[in-house]
Amino acid sequence: MRLVFTILLLSIISGCSVDPEIKPIIAADNIKEIIPDGWPTPYYNFSNNPLTPDGFILGRTLFYDPIFSSDNTISCGSCHQQFAAFANLAHDVSHGVNGLLGKRNTPALQNLNWNTSFAHDGGVTNLEFFPSVPITLPYEMNETINHVVLKISNSSKYKPLLIAAFGNDTVTSQRLFKALAQFTGTMYSFNSKYDQVKKGKDTYTPQEQIGYNLFVQKCATCHKEPLFSDYLFRNIGLSINPAYNDSGRAHITGNASDRFKFKTPSLRNIEKSAPYAHDGRYSSLTQLLSNHFTGTGGYAPTLDAQIQAGISLTTQEMNDIITFLNTLTDPTFLTDKRFSEN
Amino acid sequence: MKNLLFILLVSVVAFSCKKTDAPAPEPLPPATPAVDTTGTLNIDISHVVNNNPLLLSSTSYTNAHTDTFKVDLLKYYISNVQLITATGYTYTEAVSYYLVDHSNPSSLQLSIKKVPRANYNSVKFLIGIDSLHNVSGAQSGALDPANAMFWTWNSGYIMAKLEGTSNQSGDPTKKITFHLGGFYGTNSSVKTVYLTFPNAAIVSESHTPIVNTKAEIAQWFSNPNVINFATTYAVTTTNSSSKAIADNYASMFSITSVVN
Repeated sequence: MRLVFTILLLSIISGCSVDPEIKPIIAADNIKEIIPDGWPTPYYNFSNNPLTPDGFILGRTLFYDPIFSSDNTISCGSCHQQFAAFANLAHDVSHGVNGLLGKRNTPALQNLNWNTSFAHDGGVTNLEFFPSVPITLPYEMNETINHVVLKISNSSKYKPLLIAAFGNDTVTSQRLFKALAQFTGTMYSFNSKYDQVKKGKDTYTPQEQIGYNLFVQKCATCHKEPLFSDYLFRNIGLSINPAYNDSGRAHITGNASDRFKFKTPSLRNIEKSAPYAHDGRYSSLTQLLSNHFTGTGGYAPTLDAQIQAGISLTTQEMNDIITFLNTLTDPTFLTDKRFSEN
Repeated sequence: MKNLLFILLVSVVAFSCKKTDAPAPEPLPPATPAVDTTGTLNIDISHVVNNNPLLLSSTSYTNAHTDTFKVDLLKYYISNVQLITATGYTYTEAVSYYLVDHSNPSSLQLSIKKVPRANYNSVKFLIGIDSLHNVSGAQSGALDPANAMFWTWNSGYIMAKLEGTSNQSGDPTKKITFHLGGFYGTNSSVKTVYLTFPNAAIVSESHTPIVNTKAEIAQWFSNPNVINFATTYAVTTTNSSSKAIADNYASMFSITSVVN
């Protein structure tokens, strides 16, 4: 019976899709809100944005469409690559239109619904708003929301997708943002080895276990399980890059006490999302850990208390921690075809 | 039921997140207006500068600091409109978001609909958007970010926008740019306006009163904070300068007449 239902759904979906690029791989029960066991209540939910396969497909199509950039060359997916946990492999900062360089590292995307704010400075308060940032930044997509709405209104490709998702082909920014949130908000990563161990379905190697113990002792206050972030803002003592002079959180709040603070990133899939730090200054985890906790060279007045107190790690301990961090890699998520550019 | 709860929530949040600038009427026991019959009340807004009608780009005006200036663009939000009777009955418009744009004459009339039949003698509204709707995700209509009244980098609406030129501006190209946003904290640009009518506005199913309202744009730069364009010519973040201007524009409105 269930099979019949799935087949029926698949045929309906494929029947609605004019674009042959879109493979009918999504059944209704495959797109749903998930709260893994033991996780907190997400900050964003879909109560005002009902999840549907068609909404998700529209969101995915938008995500991979360069129509959002002023010269139609850059899509969300240009910088958010699935194999890199939707970060941008080997790019310290984002690359925008006309060869322009951005100022910050592309963050990985996963479990976004638990984020209390978005962007390294937390300036964005709702998942649905986030796409407006790269769209309008002159050194990223360099577009206006108005013009994007116009371009998509004029694109025949979107008419059937909009009808399927919303009942008619009217294009509004609200529809675009909600569809994108259906796509990005269902990027759940909770099938790493770490998760399996938590569920008792796998065990750590001895080194992973040592690494985990060290992690709990030295890292987990800020990189809080199970999301591996507390989503707060901290100055971890990184030297100020004069090319950007990025004051981070203070740019949003206007408070001197927030100068050079950035949001604690999640560490899930960190093995795949190099380079690291808000400006991508560290190309490897070893490099990051060797410099992360020195607490010197940065802006002293707002330096985080934990960093001030000092977090010492031997080379062996760093290796152990990195071995543990690699258990946060979620191959299911990184290869999930639902999220791939078809 | 769900809608009602949402509206209540909106009202509670809207009226709890901001500073009250005007005395609210004492909460009296609600009288019983005729909720079975409703009508419309129109609020007509005219923009003036030093009591002269605002003309975009062509006419030069003088601010309290005696700087001369021209206005090229004037847009602001009015939201959460409430109409209040002499007995304290308050009608709260359910979805109440208006983008006033001087270049768009139809936006200068706020048509408040489904108003229960009663005699109203005051109006209360926000300049700007309540805090809840600044964080509620993608919106439509007046709140569509495509209206260019939304800060993408620091989520939230631009409550009011005035752009123009001044020979005294400290900007090399002599522009003056005021984008006032921020929906929380002491520097919030959201302001409550409370205005009493000179005579009651009589609303019924067959009668649509017009509340003629004047918005004095010179007030943005004069009282209590005199704005000097040489030093304050571009305000595009939430800070003490935006607060100074928002505290000024909080009292830019006055009622000139109520025509029944």
